[in-house]
Amino acid sequence: MITAICFYIFATILIGSGIMVVFSKNPVHSVLFLILAFFNAAGLFVLLGAEFVAMILVIVYVGAVAVMFLFVVMMLDINFTELRKGVQDYLPIGLLIGIILMVEMVVIVGGWSMTDGIAVTINSATPKVLEVTNTDAIGRILYTDNIFLFQLAGLILLVAMIGAIVLTHRKRSGVKKQDIGKQVRRRRHEAYEAVDVKPGQGI
Amino acid sequence: MGKYLDVFMNWLFGYQMSDGVILAVGTIANVLVVALPVLLAVAMIVWVDRKVWAAIQLRKGPNVVGPFGLMQSFADGLKVFLKETIIPAGANKFLFLLAPGLSLIFGLVGWAVIPFGEGMVISDLNVGILYLFAVSSLAVYGIIIAGWASNSRYAFLGAMRSAAQMVSYEVSIGLVLVTVLLCVGSLNLTDVVMAQRGISLGLFNGYFFTGLMPMFFIFFISALAETNRTPFDLPEAEEEIVAGFQIEYSSMSMALFYLGEYANIILMCGMMSILFFGGWLPIVDWKPLYAIPGVIWLFGKMFFFFFCFAWIKASVPRYRYDQLMRLGWKVFLPVSLIWVVLTSSYLVFFGKFSA
Repeated sequence: MITAICFYIFATILIGSGIMVVFSKNPVHSVLFLILAFFNAAGLFVLLGAEFVAMILVIVYVGAVAVMFLFVVMMLDINFTELRKGVQDYLPIGLLIGIILMVEMVVIVGGWSMTDGIAVTINSATPKVLEVTNTDAIGRILYTDNIFLFQLAGLILLVAMIGAIVLTHRKRSGVKKQDIGKQVRRRRHEAYEAVDVKPGQGI
Repeated sequence: MGKYLDVFMNWLFGYQMSDGVILAVGTIANVLVVALPVLLAVAMIVWVDRKVWAAIQLRKGPNVVGPFGLMQSFADGLKVFLKETIIPAGANKFLFLLAPGLSLIFGLVGWAVIPFGEGMVISDLNVGILYLFAVSSLAVYGIIIAGWASNSRYAFLGAMRSAAQMVSYEVSIGLVLVTVLLCVGSLNLTDVVMAQRGISLGLFNGYFFTGLMPMFFIFFISALAETNRTPFDLPEAEEEIVAGFQIEYSSMSMALFYLGEYANIILMCGMMSILFFGGWLPIVDWKPLYAIPGVIWLFGKMFFFFFCFAWIKASVPRYRYDQLMRLGWKVFLPVSLIWVVLTSSYLVFFGKFSA
């Protein structure tokens, strides 16, 4: 009973805040609604008994990614009325993509209930909740069963990261930067010199 | 807790509660049993902070209200409570008032998984460490939202600094937590404490006395940065950006920030005691010491770390911003990453992985 009530509360707020992400006038409000949506998604995961995924969702998305979103959105003063001018032009493409995603989802969920083979695979991947914790289960799937795919994904991300750094990094001249090694290496005789000044003559 | 209440209610009114009601009432009672002392502890720890700070500067500190000035925090609380809450004209009213509340809430919810003794915990989560990590990384939202909603340049600068700082130091905190949980083999905080019993030569309780010692120092310094304490108090740096994100706040809304900040600091002290100093276990694994209740050991350790926090606040100058970023990304991140690799290789090589 309580689970059902919680599910409906989480789900309603999730969908509501998802809609508000798209429709709110202020971009910062959009991001804040996005964060609310993440929280409620985490709540749904907890209800499913997937507490590890819920916590990772909060840590990665709410704790890091959304902070960066907020950071950027607050810094850039985006004029949303300007951005919204093209809505009519992009609407057909957006709708098309939406429909394709919808159809794909229906196919996946339909395949779930219709084919026996898929159901067997799905059930084999999830051990009984009481036997192993879901941290353990996810660890086994990721790092033991599918280790090569996991490494491959990691490698792709690494390449993407290096690519992003190479593309955006630029050396600017004339910027004063602290070089701690240089500061430490400096000796006394380089820093100052003692001059014996005669009275009335100056240097 | 709920069970005793049920017995009590039955005795008093002849009223039998259903299981759901027992669970709900019991949980609420548990939460109050932890949250109220935490708030009281915040009030007292502010006094301790000011006293330590004063002693280091050869002053007396608060000594007027109550014996030894003990009631000073309550007097301050009453004062801010009676002041007017000013909302700036250009501020986003809802978010402006939401931010201090968020900061207090995120300071308090972390206490749900802190074990005060064996079985003395509100919620013995399987993923306790992750929960704490998640909660501690959320504390930044109170500050960012406050800075943005105030519609003030200083406040906004403070918020931006805070966001960048917290995201940077979270990374090293995360890696430190990974080393600890590699050694424990579990994400449950009770398991973390129990795994530390006699860990060092069967003599000391706590990972601090093993090869994880450098990780403790990284965690301690990152905790300073996460809670915006000196030397990393750039988000509120008085001399540079006046009071940073708090600049437009007055009365109770400002006091809520302080409550949240100190609740977070005590939470961090609790995390340090649990992860590295054996939580409620005595420091030395010696039978007679177990006669002292575990709660007292835990509080003693937390108090010691808080003393260190206050000590640092009184004696260390503030970091420059680029130095702060350098320390986080170029020193702590590589060192903690290397330590993760070393720890896991050690555990694999000697077959000490506890699955």
